[in-house]
Amino acid sequence: MSIYAHPEVLVSTDWVAEHVKDANVRVVEVDVDTKAYQEGHIPGAIAWNWQAELCDTLRRDIIPPDKFEQLMSKSGIGNDTTVVIYGDNNNWFAAWALWQLKIYGHKDVRLMNGGRKKWLSEGRELTTDVPQVAAASYTAREPDFSIRAYLPDVQAAVQGRAAALIDVRGPKEFSGEILAPPGLPETCQRGGHIPSARSIPWGEACNEDGTFKSLEDLRQVYGGEGVDGSKPSIAYCRIGERSSHTWFVLKYLLGFDNVRNYDGSWTEWGNLVGAQVERGAAGKAGA
Amino acid sequence: MMARVEEYGERKLEVAGWDVHLTTYKLGDVYHCKADNVSPGAGLARTSGATREEAEAKAVERAEHLLKRTRRQSV
Repeated sequence: MSIYAHPEVLVSTDWVAEHVKDANVRVVEVDVDTKAYQEGHIPGAIAWNWQAELCDTLRRDIIPPDKFEQLMSKSGIGNDTTVVIYGDNNNWFAAWALWQLKIYGHKDVRLMNGGRKKWLSEGRELTTDVPQVAAASYTAREPDFSIRAYLPDVQAAVQGRAAALIDVRGPKEFSGEILAPPGLPETCQRGGHIPSARSIPWGEACNEDGTFKSLEDLRQVYGGEGVDGSKPSIAYCRIGERSSHTWFVLKYLLGFDNVRNYDGSWTEWGNLVGAQVERGAAGKAGA
Repeated sequence: MMARVEEYGERKLEVAGWDVHLTTYKLGDVYHCKADNVSPGAGLARTSGATREEAEAKAVERAEHLLKRTRRQSV
């Protein structure tokens, strides 16, 4: 079996069990459901609350550099710390956190393959004890926004067909039948998808146990929809966390050079005045 | 509290016309259950109880409450 383009960005549950107490390793849980950590977490892991600690809710933005530095510092993370992130829903928000760490230039950040689901299913230990960590000194690098797509980038991609747009939401969100995942609040005015986008739900990248599929399988999943890295790729979902998961797959597992996460996603495009949408189920690539 | 995850199990069922995925496990003396919609896999409820049945019943009840509010658009 071929190995991923950047296998160093993934660690196994075994690796975490062995290294979670290492002085230069910090394990962080980032969940969609922020109550999961309190229920029980990997011994030694700290938690970040994506809503309170990883978002600027006044600007609808990622946290600014000074807040990022404060978060790293209070988490006991220095610039040379190996950060391992895991979470629920097969690492949705863990991938989103990793994406932010990459924007701010953290050198060594990895995902625990399979996330919280795999750790639980293996019958490993959990604790409710929150570790006390000593603050560290941290300096964020100049933000690298080449991995983030903004609205004008997406508009240009639609106009010029110069980038592959990947809608990673569920098929019913893509078609416009529902405006949000079943049971979740509707956060947009219209259903549908961005014109020219291909539907490749995020979960297509995962095995049943939550781990990522093999390189060969991933090539088939994305290549089968015409996403092969030959042109820039932009992934989007509803608010940018599921698309971080796909961004991670394309960037680090398949090794595509130019991949961006459009975190404005459907809550931006679906509410935008004057922006065209398409409706209906996904067609076959090339059809 | 430190404990090993026991009796981990997953199953699918239909709730209010939608496919739901339940994940249940025991930690210490408490059963925990998480309900997700199958597609796209978003979390709907996280509950606990003294038995598996109690934790799952609470999760299904909460999931049903949320899923019933989901509107289908004509496309």
